[in-house]
Formats: sequence, C-alpha cells, structure tokens
Amino acid sequence: MAIDWQAFWLTLQLAITVSAILLVLGLPIAYWIAFSRWRWKFLVEAVVALPIVLPPTVLGFYVLVALGPHSPLGRCWIALTGHTLAFTFSGLVIGSILYSLPFAVQPFAASFAGVDRKLLAASATLGASPLRTFLRVIAPLSVPGLITGTALSFAHTTGEFGVVLMVGGNIPGVTRTASIDIFDRVQASDYAAANETALLLLAFSFAVLAIVYGMNRKAWVIGPVK
Amino acid sequence: MEIVSSVQIREDNLDNMRHFRSAFIAVCLLLATAPGFAQGGKKSPSELVVAAAADLSAALPEIGNGYQKKTGVKLKLSFGASGALTQQIQNGAPFDLFFSADMDYPRQLIAAGDADTATLYQYAVGKLVLWVPADSPLDVEHQGMNVLLDPSVKKIAIANPQHAPYGRAAMAALQHSGLYDRVADRLVLGENVSQAAQFAESGNAQAGFVALAHAVAPGMLGKGKYWEVPAESYPRLAQGVVVLSHSLHKKEAADFLNYIKTKEAADLFQKYGFILP
Repeated sequence: MAIDWQAFWLTLQLAITVSAILLVLGLPIAYWIAFSRWRWKFLVEAVVALPIVLPPTVLGFYVLVALGPHSPLGRCWIALTGHTLAFTFSGLVIGSILYSLPFAVQPFAASFAGVDRKLLAASATLGASPLRTFLRVIAPLSVPGLITGTALSFAHTTGEFGVVLMVGGNIPGVTRTASIDIFDRVQASDYAAANETALLLLAFSFAVLAIVYGMNRKAWVIGPVK
Repeated sequence: MEIVSSVQIREDNLDNMRHFRSAFIAVCLLLATAPGFAQGGKKSPSELVVAAAADLSAALPEIGNGYQKKTGVKLKLSFGASGALTQQIQNGAPFDLFFSADMDYPRQLIAAGDADTATLYQYAVGKLVLWVPADSPLDVEHQGMNVLLDPSVKKIAIANPQHAPYGRAAMAALQHSGLYDRVADRLVLGENVSQAAQFAESGNAQAGFVALAHAVAPGMLGKGKYWEVPAESYPRLAQGVVVLSHSLHKKEAADFLNYIKTKEAADLFQKYGFILP
C-alpha cells in the first residue's frame, strides 16, 4: 500500500491553519504577557502554559463531553454551526489551537520582553503610538522569536495525535491525519505502509525545523542591524 | 570580605549537595523496597495479566472478582480492539491470556506461534446492536436500521473495521441491509467498540453500532434504547480465548480457563449481553 497522501495533505492543512491563527491570536496575548504589570499576571501565564503539562486526553475529553451536545456550551456551538465540534475539521483546529497555544505565545512573549526598553522609551518620546512602536520597533526586533513560535506551533500540530484520536472519528479527508493513519496501519499489522508514512513525516518534520532554525540564525545576525 | 562570602557560598553549595545526595539515596531506597520496582516489573504468580476485547469491559471484571474470591488469583485486565491487542502480543506484550472478540485473531496468534493451540476455547458469542440515546426521537426499537436514514442522524459511530471485529460486523450489517452507500459518508470510527459506544453515549454521534454487552452494561443501561441487529446480517461474533506461549504462568492460566468453562462464568457472560456457543 502506498502513502495516504490525503492524510498527509490534511495534516499540512491543519498545521498551516493552526499556526496562522496562532500567529494572529498569539501576538496580543504575548504582548500583554510581556508588558502588563498586573499583579495576577502569573495566573494568565499559568493558564497559557497548561497545555504543555496537560495530557491530550484531558483536552479530548472536554471537547467531547463539555463541548458535546449534552452541555449548554455545546448546544450553543451546534445552534451556531449546525454540527458538533467532534468529528469535524474545525473541531480539530480548535483543539489544536488550545493544544499548541504555549508553543506560539511563549517564544513570542520572551522575544518581546527581550527588546531593549530604552528603544521603546525613545520611540514613545518621538511621539509614536504604542501600536506604531510595536510594528516599527518591537516586531522587527522579535523576528527570531516570531519565527520560532510559529514553527513550533506548526510542528507541534503536525505531530498531534491524542486529541485527534479522541475526537476525530477517523474520517478520511476530514479528520484522518497522518499520525492517525500510521496508528491504524500499525494496528492492522501493515508495517510496510506505516514505515513509509512514518519516514515521510520524519523527513518532513526535520526539513521544516532545519529550514526554520537555519533562517532563524540568519535573522539573529541581520535583525539588530536593520 | 569577598573571600569570606565566596567560601560561604561554596559551603552552602556543598550543603545543598549533601541534602540532594541524601534525598536521592532516600528515593532510591524507597523505590528498591516498593514491591513492583524491586522485581523489575516481574509479577507474583497469584496474578494473571489478561488482554481482553473491549466488549468484555463489564463482564470480565465481575468474573475476575468472583475468581479472586475463590482462588486468591487476581486478574489484571487490559481492554482494547482485538486487532490492536493481537498486534501488541505479537510484539511481546507480557499477557498470560487473550480474550478476543472473534476466533480469527487467536488463530492468527496460534499460527505465528504466540499462543497454544490446545487452549483455544470459544467462551461466548457477541451480539451487535444499534444504539441511540434515550432522549432521541428515533424509534430504533421498531424501525431498526431504517432510522439511520433520518436527516437528524448526522454521524453514526462504528468500531474501526480494520482491527475491531464489531466494526466488521457493523459494516457487514449495513451492506446486508443495502444502506451502506447511503450512510457511508456519515460513519465515524472509534478506535474500538468501546469508543464507538462512547461517541454515541456522549451524544456526539446520534447513533452507534455497539456491543449488546455495552448497551446492558451498568454505565450505559437506561441511557439509551437499542435494537438487536438480526444475527443473519453479519458474520457470527464467536469469541475465543487462548493462553499465550510466552506466559510464565501457564498452570494458573489453564486453571482460570477451566473456571471460564463453568456454568458460573457462563451465567455472567449471559448477564452481560453475550449468548453462549
């Protein structure tokens, strides 16, 4: 049996969607974490970091039950979209966004916090609004962190398994990702096909990370000169 | 002043290290005295490790409890799809016995030399039912599989036919009724028949093909209504058990197998939704 390209393509789509959304969603959260002086900020930081320590089964369980049709929240979702969160691509996207959130937000926040505060003060003194300061000073100086965060959330979503197994329902072209496909083939003793897909995923993941870290190195050199 | 403080720091570090070392030794001692760790995972002979098909998740614990009261031998149960468990056994999983949801997987293990031919025994026959939640408007008890054509049925849960016998039975029943092509795009696959039941029970799928054993299990009884799929529409789910070749407790496993053949055990299988061969 050949490689299930549909599953592979679906994994790519999921990872691209999730890392793109997290890039947009993660920026304000990271900005807030980096610059807020609220005394209870650590609580928000803890919530953002939760998915690192929580098993995917916890997330899967909540998507299935707390957001299922027997819960008020789940009924709201069904009224809005006409279907349950489970067994849909959007369900996987939402699950993956939660699951990969810290992998995007933490590198973003760390690089924002690392920007020299004197530059921010200078920018403000010259009359720039906070948004302008962010776009012209903070963001350009944080390119390596942005790349790292986006790459990690992309890679982490590519490698996702537990949540998808619990709420996906294994539908070809909708929720059967490459990791699920490999699992199925191993269960069915089809080692040759599992091996092909596994090798492809290994090579792909390595290539993505190598390219990103390579670019990142260059950005480190160029970034501050710009 | 500076020298003094650096010496101080060094002593503090040494102190910390001593604390760390004694804590480390304490943890090691603790681990060494804990029975599981000391034996490197080797179990005592009064324990049998059993791999069992997902449809046995209610019946086997009760049978195991009864057996333990009688003999003192404790069962450690692992549930999963029969195909997945076969897979694990072939790769050296340390089970003593394997209760499959069909006869093919045990035979496959025998052919590969992983199970003892003489021990193969058909302990029960499973039944497939179509299950819907109790508050569902679908009249499954009278209309049977035709309820699947109702537009309110968006997802139908079945076990993965690639490695779960109940999944294959569900596919066969759908094909037999001629409904397969009309519902194929609404099927969602559970990793095993328990997950299919859980998809339906949580309401995420509006209907599910599950084991009768699930429909009458204490956790699900009363939460739904079901229709028994006619036996002629799917291959008989004869379920077999074997003692595995790598078991270090073949004598104890054989004793337990003898208990499975008694009327007492058979009654429990019947109570939990199986029929007897």
